Amino acid sequence: MIHSLFLVSTAGHIFLEKHWKSVISRSVCDYLFEAQGKASAPENVPPVIATPHHYLISVYRDRIFFVAVIQTEVPPLFVIEFLHRVAETFQDYFGECSEASIKDNVVIVYELLEEMLDNGFPLATEANILKEMIKPPTILRSVVNTITGGRELRSVFAWSVAQGSGSSNVGGTLPTGQLSNIPWRRTGVKYTNNEAYFDVVEEIDAILDKSGTVVFAEIQGVIDACVKLSGMPDLTLSFVNPRLLDDVSFHPCVRFKRWEAERVLSFIPPDGNFRLMSYHVNAQNLVAIPVYVKQNVSFFETGSSGRLDITVGPKQTMGKTIEDVVITVHMPKVVLNANLTTNQGTSTYDPVTKVLVWDIGKLNQQKVPNLKGSLSLQSGAPRPDENPTLNIDLRIQQLAISGLKVNRLNMFGEKYKPFKGVKYVTKAGKFQVRT
Amino acid sequence: VFSIKSYSALNLYSCSLKNEDLKEMLESNKESLKLEAMKRIVGLIAKGKNASELFPAVVKNVASKNIELKKLVYVYLVRYAEEQQDLALLSISTFQRALKDPNQLIRASALRVLSSIRVPIIVPIMMLAIKEAATDLSPYVRKTAAHAIQKLYSLDPEQKEHLIEVIDKLLKDKSTLVAGSVVMAFEEVCPDRIDLIHKNYRKLCNLLVDVEEWGQVVIITMLTRYARTQFLSPWREDALFDENSEKAFYDSDVEKEKADSKPYMMDPDHRLLLRNTKPLLQSRNTAVVMAVAQLYWHLAPKQEVSIVTKSLVRLLRSHREVQYIVLQNIATMSIQRKGMFEPFLKSFYVRSTDATHIKTLKLEILTNLATEANISTILREFQTYVKSQDKQFAATTIQAIGRCATNISEITDTCLNGLVLLLSNRDETVVAECVVVIKKLLQTQPSQHSDIIKHMAKLLDNITVPMARASILWLIGEYCERVPKIAPDVLRKVAKSFTSEEDIVKLQTLNLAAKLYLTNSKQTKLLTQYILNLGKYDQNYDIRDRTRFLRQLIVPNEKSGALSKYAKRILLASKPAPVLESAFKDRDRFQLGTLSHTLNAKASGYLELSDWPTVAPDQSVRNVEVMEPQSLERQPSTRGSDLFAYHLLVLLCSDSDDAKEKKRPKPKLDSVSSHSKASSSSDNTASSGSESEEDTDSDSEPEQKKKKKLRTALCEFQAAPSIRVSSPVFVPPKSHELLHRMSGKGLAVSYHFPRQPCAYSHRMVSVQLTLTNGRDQPLEDICVGEAGPPGIAIHRFATIERLQPEASITVSMGIDFNDSTQAANFQLCTKTDQFSVSIQPAVGELLMPVTMTEQDFLKEQGQLTGMNESSVTITIAPDSMSSQPVGRKVVSVANMGVVPSSQNSIHRFAAKTVSSGSLVLSSVVLQEASTAKLVVNTEKTVLGSVLLRELKTALSQG
Repeated sequence: MIHSLFLVSTAGHIFLEKHWKSVISRSVCDYLFEAQGKASAPENVPPVIATPHHYLISVYRDRIFFVAVIQTEVPPLFVIEFLHRVAETFQDYFGECSEASIKDNVVIVYELLEEMLDNGFPLATEANILKEMIKPPTILRSVVNTITGGRELRSVFAWSVAQGSGSSNVGGTLPTGQLSNIPWRRTGVKYTNNEAYFDVVEEIDAILDKSGTVVFAEIQGVIDACVKLSGMPDLTLSFVNPRLLDDVSFHPCVRFKRWEAERVLSFIPPDGNFRLMSYHVNAQNLVAIPVYVKQNVSFFETGSSGRLDITVGPKQTMGKTIEDVVITVHMPKVVLNANLTTNQGTSTYDPVTKVLVWDIGKLNQQKVPNLKGSLSLQSGAPRPDENPTLNIDLRIQQLAISGLKVNRLNMFGEKYKPFKGVKYVTKAGKFQVRT
Repeated sequence: VFSIKSYSALNLYSCSLKNEDLKEMLESNKESLKLEAMKRIVGLIAKGKNASELFPAVVKNVASKNIELKKLVYVYLVRYAEEQQDLALLSISTFQRALKDPNQLIRASALRVLSSIRVPIIVPIMMLAIKEAATDLSPYVRKTAAHAIQKLYSLDPEQKEHLIEVIDKLLKDKSTLVAGSVVMAFEEVCPDRIDLIHKNYRKLCNLLVDVEEWGQVVIITMLTRYARTQFLSPWREDALFDENSEKAFYDSDVEKEKADSKPYMMDPDHRLLLRNTKPLLQSRNTAVVMAVAQLYWHLAPKQEVSIVTKSLVRLLRSHREVQYIVLQNIATMSIQRKGMFEPFLKSFYVRSTDATHIKTLKLEILTNLATEANISTILREFQTYVKSQDKQFAATTIQAIGRCATNISEITDTCLNGLVLLLSNRDETVVAECVVVIKKLLQTQPSQHSDIIKHMAKLLDNITVPMARASILWLIGEYCERVPKIAPDVLRKVAKSFTSEEDIVKLQTLNLAAKLYLTNSKQTKLLTQYILNLGKYDQNYDIRDRTRFLRQLIVPNEKSGALSKYAKRILLASKPAPVLESAFKDRDRFQLGTLSHTLNAKASGYLELSDWPTVAPDQSVRNVEVMEPQSLERQPSTRGSDLFAYHLLVLLCSDSDDAKEKKRPKPKLDSVSSHSKASSSSDNTASSGSESEEDTDSDSEPEQKKKKKLRTALCEFQAAPSIRVSSPVFVPPKSHELLHRMSGKGLAVSYHFPRQPCAYSHRMVSVQLTLTNGRDQPLEDICVGEAGPPGIAIHRFATIERLQPEASITVSMGIDFNDSTQAANFQLCTKTDQFSVSIQPAVGELLMPVTMTEQDFLKEQGQLTGMNESSVTITIAPDSMSSQPVGRKVVSVANMGVVPSSQNSIHRFAAKTVSSGSLVLSSVVLQEASTAKLVVNTEKTVLGSVLLRELKTALSQG
């Protein structure tokens, strides 16, 4: 399967290589560089490249190319999914996945890769198992959540395993999970405070056209959990309105059969942070768009200038406050500078990246935030014929915009009484307004 | 403190000395230094720097007790063993010993590393290790064995047949841990042996949900291929039904008709597969979802395929690379089955933040999904894209519009008008693409579009993109009769710029000239002549060729012959319109979700999906007899149970070893075993060193002095001189016959000495017996019966309950030969027979190697003189004069350790007898004229003289 792995920085520097079979020369990466040269941005490099003797399957994230070298037929998604797991594992271990953090922890990285693949076939990819075998760099540290970036979960996940000497970062035992049918959970978990938190996070993906009409809108949600329960708890989570859920995907711990029959989530949770499920809300339900945007961006034919006027206000908010509103605009290349005034928040224009960011903050009913002013264009250049799209970011606490509600959480298999909590958040996903 | 200081000091040295430092650190006694050195070496490997010269220094630490150090050494070993094959062999015995370890983690990791060392000479050892691990009690070790199969296969494909046997055995395994790995091995080694799958098919289907996600992908892919060879097509019904429906409707005898056509019944096993894979569509792993989707696409009845749609659309929320692959597969699917994705049309709308390749694929899908009903929505969406800042994307959108226009004739005019409007776009790429697409559209619509052609003729002044210019010229030439006024003028303009045009434009200019010459020669004759003259001297030979050809064709002269009569019909023949097709049209020849599908080319190792069989193969092959009770293993059937049982299996390797050591009372006789513990540890600090000295020298030294010495040793970190049991040098095992097939009534037994410390008692030599059943019936209850003579103790192997015909099994036993070469006699019993056999040990096998310093060797040798010394002068074979062959020859005869020697001409070897632990020293002093003096010192004089004789024979042979 996976023959070798190369980690390459955007600048084309190969800073790590690992081979699971015989050694393949790093010159194979030249094909990637060639493709990178053709692409306008690293994101545009095709993920699968055929070379005369090998195939390169690569993933670009966190400014690093993860390049897997393949010699024979393999499902490309298999490799891509694995490479993302590798990146997530690094993120989990080092707090960030960057060239610097990987270089600093090269021995741990190597030990991890050694455990994650045997002869190019995935062996242990569960964070719980890996952490039993290879300890993260510092003993007591706040582990940034792999999946959410840690912003959602309120408690700091402390790696609380008592360990003998600090010098060795390799565990001596075979992780129990490897041997059981519950590979995601280690045995012998013990907490003094037993708690289970669930975050229902929904994202609105929408495209609005010039006039504000909805071209496309849907709701995607996830339930992230932070479960710190002793022993081997068996949990059941039920919803008030499970019919809302149209399409779901689960962490391997969730029992499919129970879901199909009773629409409840029954599972033995991993220890710590994990994503329990992701879902898509039934397409028939109309999506409530929480904000309205009035905009007018125009470029003048003469005088190399343009005008910009954007107003944002709350629409269907179900009585909650909309927070953290940020509007990002990728301006056409010819826009040299922006001279803008706003009555709320701050706006910045980066003339190098051509990105305008308007950080508004909270939306009030009384005062409607507005941003207006003039844009100066490169003189002599033709007027851009497309107006830029606005990307909107927002957050509504204590609301799942679809109306999904958790009914209750039951625990079996253990005697103590855990502390339970559910939190709802709505965010903007890929929320674009065309102008 | 010491280590930190020295490390930072070492750090200051110059780069060229770096490896020397590392060597020094590795050879030090401090474990922390060794670990630090290994970490730095791993850092070098990670950067792709060459660290192979450190091999000898690194490989010494392979038996270290520190797990992290050991793991790093493994990393190094696997990386460089291929380059340093001879040295790598030094480590083999460590792994062989670890394969017998009670801790499954150690067994598994030993097998992992042993099988990753790509050294051909150890193939038989790997084979044996895999066979043994495949029957291990621990499913984790069996999983490792499955992985090792592929490694051995790539190292030596000739082992295929033996490996298939192991695969067959492991396929029967009921552990979810093993299933994915063994199917992977099956796919690599023998994907064509589907007969091995039959009996396991249902089990695999049922286990699938509980297998780990990576294994699921592999199993699903394999089962897809399997199902296509074993089940009847579920699509056949539709076809049959369609054909017959009309007939059946009018036919009065409906009953009879039905009986003839034999209604299709889905094989229950086929249904089982579909049913058991369906829940996996909900997996979080995108590869699993894709695997199930392709399974449904290739195996499910047409009406059921659409259940995968939602899940595939869900994957579009995932990472960019995932989107890319999923969109490609959707593109292929959407050509054949529009209906599947039409309800999700909006999910394929392009966002300005999408990567270029994602945008292109989304456009492709939107175009595939276009119907009369939704085209207006799609076109409106396309209009937005045409205005995109990403001009390449805008150009692709125009191509897409062109395709929609040809596919749906109602909108052709609308599209054409829209495209003409775009001709006034400011961006050249957009305009050029428009021209190309309009050209194609006009060809499909040979009605009057002279306005558009005129409009395009005007564009020629401004457009510089060669492809667009060429397209315009071609259009005007092709339809020159519709625009008789402007065509000659266009020709005039391009004649002026001919020399500076691109090649494709020149070719089209020539075409235009020729066509005009034929239709309007009055106005264009001179212009054409001019252009033909320019073309004649062009640098490009294609253009010169074309010029020559056209001149002959259109300008009549004597030589031109009959063809010129038909010039007009040749050049102005009505041409078929180009078909605008999806790039994904033929992609469905590849199995979906594969690399080959993504590349649109056969990747190496791609396995074709066979066509459905026309006649159903025998269904009963998958029937499994009533479950035999599983004697060895208990498998948890549902998630969550039996965890604790497994937990108990887990032993902390280092800690438990230490604990055992402490608890066990240490009798004096145990010294050998405690030596072996000390040596297998890399913890060569003073404590273990002095401990062993305490053991060896205890008779001669007074108690107090000893204690004082221990204390000073601890204080000064000075390794005390010591004699330690070391791991044996690897030699290929020599097999001896114990029982011949003829005299054993079909049972053949051979034995060899694996040179490993015996697990049963430290006084015993371990012996491995390989029993083979040459009969055509199974042999039952094979065991060891009476044994003798009285001085020799035997540890029997466990009774073998059943040995199948042609099967063989390897068992190990321990024999305490009491340091004599007397044969051990015992009876080998089967249920029906008894055979007397005897094992005559070679004297060299009664030893275990030790290491010591040269000084210690000389000191010990000095004490073993007189009648304890035997010596002989021998004539040595000329090729043995160098150090390597001498060492190899000695070691192949006797299990001795090499003692470092400061002189090249003297070779020293040391060992202890297994049973009593007496020291055996041997030295070979090379002299002039291929003679050598061979000396053996030991208090076991009989043994010494026998050893001397055997060494003499070995060394004097060529």
